[in-house]
Amino acid sequence: MASTLTIDKAAPRRNPGYGSMSRDRAWALKWSYFFLTIFAIFSLVPPLYMLVTSLKSSQEISAATNPWWVFHPTLSNYIQLLTSNQFLTFFFNSAMVSIFVVTITMLISVPAAFALARMRFWGSATLATGVFLTYLIPDTLLFIPLFKMFATFGDWSGIQLINRWYVLLIIYPTLTVPFCTWIMIGYFASIPKELDEAAIIDGASWFQTLTRIFIPVALPGIIAATIFAFTVSWAQFLYPLVFTTSVDQLVLPVGIITTLIKGDVFNWGQIMTGALLGAAPPLIIYAFLMDYYIAGLTAGATKG
Amino acid sequence: MVDIPYQPGRVAAAPARRRRGGLATMMKRKSMVAFLMTLPLIVLIGVLVVYPAFYAVHLATLNKSMQRFVGLANFQFLLKRDTFWLVVQQSCIFAITAVVFKALLGFIVAHFVHNVPAKGQRKWRGMLLVPWVIPPAMSTLAWLWLFDPSYSAFNYTLGLFGAGPIPWTGDAAWARFSVILVNIWYGAPFFMIMYLAALKSVPDQLYEAASIDGANWWQKLWYVTLPMMRNIIAITTLFSLIVTFANFDIVRILTAGGPLDHTHIFATWAFKIGIEGSDIPLGASVSLFMVPILAVAAIFILRDVHKRGNES
Amino acid sequence: MAEVNLRKVVKRYDDVEAVRGIDLDIPDKEFVVFVGPSGCGKSTTLRMIAGLEDISDGDIVIGGDVVNDVPPKDRDIAMVFQNYALYPHMTVAENMSFGLRLKKYPKAEIKQRVDEAARMLDITDLINRKPKQLSGGQRQRVAMGRAIVRNPKVFLFDEPLSNLDAQLRVQMRFEIKRVHQKVRTTTVYVTHDQVEAMTLADRVVVMNNGRIEQVGTPNELYHRPATRFVAGFIGSPSMNFIPCTLEDAAGRLQIRLSDTLAMPVPDQKAAHYRGIARDKKLQLGIRPEHITDAKATLEPGVSAFDALLDVTEPMGMETLIYFNLNGSEVCGRVSPNAGARDGGVLRLAVDLNNMHLIDEGTGLVI
Repeated sequence: MASTLTIDKAAPRRNPGYGSMSRDRAWALKWSYFFLTIFAIFSLVPPLYMLVTSLKSSQEISAATNPWWVFHPTLSNYIQLLTSNQFLTFFFNSAMVSIFVVTITMLISVPAAFALARMRFWGSATLATGVFLTYLIPDTLLFIPLFKMFATFGDWSGIQLINRWYVLLIIYPTLTVPFCTWIMIGYFASIPKELDEAAIIDGASWFQTLTRIFIPVALPGIIAATIFAFTVSWAQFLYPLVFTTSVDQLVLPVGIITTLIKGDVFNWGQIMTGALLGAAPPLIIYAFLMDYYIAGLTAGATKG
Repeated sequence: MVDIPYQPGRVAAAPARRRRGGLATMMKRKSMVAFLMTLPLIVLIGVLVVYPAFYAVHLATLNKSMQRFVGLANFQFLLKRDTFWLVVQQSCIFAITAVVFKALLGFIVAHFVHNVPAKGQRKWRGMLLVPWVIPPAMSTLAWLWLFDPSYSAFNYTLGLFGAGPIPWTGDAAWARFSVILVNIWYGAPFFMIMYLAALKSVPDQLYEAASIDGANWWQKLWYVTLPMMRNIIAITTLFSLIVTFANFDIVRILTAGGPLDHTHIFATWAFKIGIEGSDIPLGASVSLFMVPILAVAAIFILRDVHKRGNES
Repeated sequence: MAEVNLRKVVKRYDDVEAVRGIDLDIPDKEFVVFVGPSGCGKSTTLRMIAGLEDISDGDIVIGGDVVNDVPPKDRDIAMVFQNYALYPHMTVAENMSFGLRLKKYPKAEIKQRVDEAARMLDITDLINRKPKQLSGGQRQRVAMGRAIVRNPKVFLFDEPLSNLDAQLRVQMRFEIKRVHQKVRTTTVYVTHDQVEAMTLADRVVVMNNGRIEQVGTPNELYHRPATRFVAGFIGSPSMNFIPCTLEDAAGRLQIRLSDTLAMPVPDQKAAHYRGIARDKKLQLGIRPEHITDAKATLEPGVSAFDALLDVTEPMGMETLIYFNLNGSEVCGRVSPNAGARDGGVLRLAVDLNNMHLIDEGTGLVI
């Protein structure tokens, strides 16, 4: 067939009106890099400025030199904070609160998510929707009634919870549990039904199916949920501001703001050092577990 | 329908032993176990979310010393205050402007990240998400320092070009700009990540088909990308609207509502009245004014999330 | 090992009856295959035997015990799923031993049983791999290994081969048969693929619409289908059905296929059909292999006619031909040298010794 057709292979027409496709793409790429660099600078200026300031002495901060550069780097701010009992107390309180809240959150949300995803029972669909709605209720709506509730509870029972760091263990789960339950429902629902049927036939109880099959298989989701619970507890600012006032009961964000800012005297070197140390745990987790972090972030809207 | 090989004699010859009470009770037990597994969740939501929400309504109907029922007097009082209307106005400006710019910026940046080779995307995504990872209370401190009246690093830079200085947090208009700027800085990465995930879920074949159909860059965006992302855009925007509207940290730390209450939003003003001013009923009333907007956004989110669930 | 009896088993979902009363006795050691189109209730029946679905009505008896209310783990059954359902976080050995470990078997016995099953299935080398590192066929072997290790009373297979490609499917089919011959465990196997059913089964159960259409050995079903459904479902390409009536011509019985075409019924069949009313609406059921190119001399019972071919499909060893007969599309299988071509006319021979007559009203084979 080919032999009967004569194709003029030598001279296909070229249309000079079109630029080279690869050249267009190269330009698009250059512009992308250009704008991404600008956005990256915008994103990173505040944390970098924290770092720059934290390395300066107070003399250098109040001197009229270029604020973006450190001329006489010093670690004195770090040394002062890390040897101050007060700051270490804040750090300890934050760590205790976050670790306990993560544990409580996972103990509540993983079994609940398993029950809601797999063991249909009366009202389970409504409850799943309710969990999602709860996650949309912001802390700023609840802090006043919660404060009053705990005050009343203290008067009534004699157990004073206000101004104790562990009151946060009771309150923070309202922020973490709904979201973690929601994304765990999504992760559990994506496990094929046959897997639990195989486990049931193998003789596993519901509890064994959860601990031996579902938790290991949904481990990425559990890590994502754990990271979320940790970062939320670590970053929470409103509740500790409302519920704790004594210096020895404060967590890091509140502690830095209430103790390092004394009246109108701002010791910016120490404030920035404290802020950077306060930002470090989430940043470190993020640096090592970025994929889980992002998976958890997007799961809220893409799962379930 | 025919030839059913039921041989009654055979089964009768081997009388079957009956084992009753297993599966039915197991099903009943299953519901019971499931209920027990969700009980901590139900208690938590009931006692610490649902109850305080209604308790807030009750509190809002009391007088300052919380001994007398005053009905809607707190709300009436608020509606007559100029500061209240300033807060309503600022809350709306703050939330809408910030969300629109976060969404736009997130959309643009997501496209740029999506454009670069897959190998480098991780690095860029990693850097661009940093604002979202730092606790907002901590990063706002950095902004406060960048905006410092005497030592502002921004004003220093502007000074090099002969401009400024700008009263970032001192002047009402600039202070409003500043809190919005910080909120955009903090929230845009969330949009970027969500949109990037959505962009990646659009199959390449659709773009190839559109190219063959003669679509240009803009038409591909309008007829392929946006329709495919519509649901994610809606959910993300509504969700961000709730979070931004209910924001506390940034405004509290950056301006504490000043100058002259011009940057107060519902949450910070409720805190000032209810906790700092010890007028719990009035503070509860202020925060309750957030409910209508939050409820509308929540209803739309729920609808969209359900739609997504049905599609997949 | 045990026999399995189903007695008037019914499954209702709300107001839909998925399974409408099934009676079946499966003797010990038998390999029974449930086959039928999707939605016919075969998988539901299997899942009821497994205990994954409860029974709306009737009884299921395994090894003499009514197990209606017995949870799956106490029924002493093992099941192989369509998507294998291997635990992704466990190695092959852990997957296979999970059930035994839950039942707290001694370690030595677990190891011995796993090794034995692995050897039987030729997966000894893979024992420490995770399912993700295995090919489809290997996963299927592990899933079977998991069933064998438990040494259950009954094996249940739920479309185990439908996720495999054609070549592997043939190989695994052979493997399943080999394992069954070795362990001789009572087996219930569900598939929608009639070739799988025919090749594997001691007895095939054809299901349609929640009911059993016919139970029999593969040869019985092929040569003596009881209903039109079974006749059409078993065999590929499937049986032709041509509307026809019976009539008498010169003292002999003949079937009339169209105004111009009638064929004498062979003597051995005629005796059986003589009692049928002459105006009854019937269908002639004839398999494609019994419509061939006409030889010079016709055997007794074979009739010849000319057909205008619509489409021909050369398959190499034979050519499939399609032609229209009185409004129905009819398929035949002719020799590749018969000269069949699209739109051509070919003289065909119909071997009526293998004919079936179907009552159009009841769908039963007469």
